[in-house]
Amino acid sequence: MAFLELKGLTKRFGEIAAVENFDLSVERGEFVSLLGPSGCGKTTTLQMIAGFETPSAGSITLEGRDLLAIKARSRGIGIVFQSYALFPHMTVAQNVEFGLEMRKIAAPERRQRVAEALALVHLEALADRYPRAMSGGQRQRVALARALVIRPEILLLDEPLSNLDAKLREEMQLELRGIQQRMGVTTILVTHDQTEAMALSDRVAVMHRGRLVQVARPLEAYEHPRSDFVSSFLGKTNRLEGKVVERAGERAGDLCRVAVGETVFAAPAPPPEIGKDARPRVIVSVRPEKVEFRAAGAGLVDGTVAARIFLGDHWLYQIETPLGVLLVTRQNVGPAEVETGGSVGLAWDAAQVRLLPFEETA
Amino acid sequence: MAPAAAVDREARRRAWWLCAPALALFLALMVVPLVMTFVLSFHSFGFYTGIEPTFGLHNYLDVLGDSYFHEIFARTFGIALVTTLLCAAIGTPEAYILYRMRSRWRSALLLVVIGPLLISVVVRTLGWAILMGNRGVINTALMNLELIDRPIKMMYTPGGIVIALVHVMVPFMVIAVWAALHRQDPATEQAAESLGAGPLTIFFRVVLPQAMPGVLSGSLIVFSLSASAFATPAILGGRRVKVVSTTVYDEFLNTLNWPLGAAIAILLLVAVLLVMVSYNRVVERRFSQVFG
Amino acid sequence: MTRNGPFALLFNALFVLFMAAPLVVVIGVSLTPEGFLEFPPSGISLRWFRAILDNPDFIEAGWTSLYLGVAAASLSTALAVPAALAIGRRRFPGRDLLLATFMSPLTVPTIVLGIAFLRFLSQIGLSGTFLGLTLCHAVIITPFILRLVLASVTGLDRTVEKAAESLGASDFTVFRRITLPMIMPGVVGGWVLAFITSFDELTVTVFIVNPSTTTLPVRLFNHITQTTDPLVASISTVVILFTVGLMFVIERLYGLDRLLVGGEAR
Repeated sequence: MAFLELKGLTKRFGEIAAVENFDLSVERGEFVSLLGPSGCGKTTTLQMIAGFETPSAGSITLEGRDLLAIKARSRGIGIVFQSYALFPHMTVAQNVEFGLEMRKIAAPERRQRVAEALALVHLEALADRYPRAMSGGQRQRVALARALVIRPEILLLDEPLSNLDAKLREEMQLELRGIQQRMGVTTILVTHDQTEAMALSDRVAVMHRGRLVQVARPLEAYEHPRSDFVSSFLGKTNRLEGKVVERAGERAGDLCRVAVGETVFAAPAPPPEIGKDARPRVIVSVRPEKVEFRAAGAGLVDGTVAARIFLGDHWLYQIETPLGVLLVTRQNVGPAEVETGGSVGLAWDAAQVRLLPFEETA
Repeated sequence: MAPAAAVDREARRRAWWLCAPALALFLALMVVPLVMTFVLSFHSFGFYTGIEPTFGLHNYLDVLGDSYFHEIFARTFGIALVTTLLCAAIGTPEAYILYRMRSRWRSALLLVVIGPLLISVVVRTLGWAILMGNRGVINTALMNLELIDRPIKMMYTPGGIVIALVHVMVPFMVIAVWAALHRQDPATEQAAESLGAGPLTIFFRVVLPQAMPGVLSGSLIVFSLSASAFATPAILGGRRVKVVSTTVYDEFLNTLNWPLGAAIAILLLVAVLLVMVSYNRVVERRFSQVFG
Repeated sequence: MTRNGPFALLFNALFVLFMAAPLVVVIGVSLTPEGFLEFPPSGISLRWFRAILDNPDFIEAGWTSLYLGVAAASLSTALAVPAALAIGRRRFPGRDLLLATFMSPLTVPTIVLGIAFLRFLSQIGLSGTFLGLTLCHAVIITPFILRLVLASVTGLDRTVEKAAESLGASDFTVFRRITLPMIMPGVVGGWVLAFITSFDELTVTVFIVNPSTTTLPVRLFNHITQTTDPLVASISTVVILFTVGLMFVIERLYGLDRLLVGGEAR
């Protein structure tokens, strides 16, 4: 049995289902992200694990114990809130100490553990400050220390980094991951930021309209999305509507041929989700970094460079082609490879093409 | 696990329990006394028999049919109306001037302008009585400057009452307009200026329309408080310039005709509520499109 | 630098003069060495302040007002804080009606409340008693406290309470350790505002006092309607100074503008 089990978890507000039939198993020590756009039900799921929302149906168990029978205050779950939710009238040390007081831990041990927790987040020097007088990053660390000091069975992080600026966010991501691995605490992160989810987690659970659409390791979810939604939500992609025109074998490594408009190219055999139709409609997805430049006429399709954007470590090109506008990214390893207005050929390895079940809109 | 509906019911019950002590006080000391007063207004009063528990409309008919009372009601609402207009006329620009001041000056001046709200109305009216007497500060000064040779009569006139009431009420107007000004986007003024508007144009075409909800809500507060004001008309008007509230006071504490006094008071309550409801309705219709 | 033009500054000066005039006059008159009202005073004397001490009626009335203000403000705060917590953060049937009821003393003309209280208290035999006064004042001042506490409660970040709960705090602990300290400025500000309102109240009180429970505003009012002399000016000056002192306390604790504008705009 998994450490934390969510089974058939459902939350309805009136007629609307915010979360529907959600199943997830989390192993001890694992870091799992609930990832999705706003309104996908990820925060509601977190609130149910924390005990602030009561599920309409389903179960949550921790090592086989029914968590729903336990009140929020007795679940022993550490939470870092998006707003940090620090107690404004208490100092940093008092904030961190609060949970230990609630556990009736003796004062000497409390002091000891507060000091340890503050050392963990490098805030020893600010123990007597009030939250008001601190920066966003520092408050974030206090919130983390306060959640960890109670040695929670599960750590819940609700968009913890979204109020920080980009540079600080990256630093905190590394630090958060380091602390989590050192403490070995089972962690669930709720975020709408796919890079954050991929950077931090062992597995990402992508949610869409209240449902869990894919759970996988970050690389797996990125490289082998199981739906149009996951493919578009994780990173950038070129999304094309096409049709399988020639099915070969179904074994791994077998190729088929797909047509997008007039252009026909090879792709891996359609995955089982696509069905057994002879010529099914599909979504064809090719990541921008998988597209290569060739001389005009030498690729799978020709195009004109409509725009070129310099992004520091890489270039982003928009290429007008008969397939539509395609995005191409190139590492910045010197001067740009093609100029705006120039003609180029585009090519990609057949193994990098992904065929996904057809949906009207992503 | 408790089902969600039971949790809701529990939360609702708890909310009512939290309100219960305050509600008990209000039922006992607001609702019951007002109902008793309403009933009292139908009783009759004899000079030798006191209050008799009869039940009739005679008190209301007495008030509604007597030109003496008509005059008192007309005077009361006239004073309230003029007070309201004056408060709007001077309170609105003052709020805007304060709003534009630098914050250090603003805090100090705000203290002077709205602080008097916290000082006893009796004390403030005493100040006006000293200022406005026939041998008071204003008349003495004017006569010493030989601008007038006979004192201007201000005590025991509706005009004197209005001046003092404006002093008592204008902070409410400043507060209401001030709050409305703070809800507006300060960039709208800069936008108007960048389009070539002068200060007066900005005030009348950009600021005032946005502050209007504040002016209107402030006017309602000032009007209803002025219509039922007691201390100021009682001290500055005395028996000579009677208004509704001083009439009620006399009926209760001097004539001892409580039923008649109750009827007058109920009529005042009804009139004030009617003004409030109809005013709100008109204002809402006018502004709901813009500020809804 | 001020962005106001000279005309605006002149208007402002006249406005301030208008607001300050009656108070300045009262204080000026109280300093006269003469036996009659004169302004400006021909000299500075504390004669009329000493005279207060020879008028135990006024001193006794002052104490009554003080006790009454403390009792009524405390009672009202004790009732308004739980009500504000319920109204400010929950949606439940009857919520709007409850709020309208608690705010109604601002709508009903005070003179109507005065006679209603008189009728009620004389029927149940509490007219003129300190208890009766306290209950009636508590009703009148509840809207003031409720408004300020509501502003604090609705401005409260509820995740802070959730954080405390997730750390193991019981409902009561959350209230005592987290919620109450966070709304404390509103509660204290509301208490002081309510105290001042009660301390100054005349229109209702004039109906329900008896000679032994007469409050300071009622005593002053009765005196002024008979005669105005430097004695009422000196007593009024004491009232002004007392109120200004409280205003400074509020300013330090809560911000006077926030208190009077109702917590919504600064």
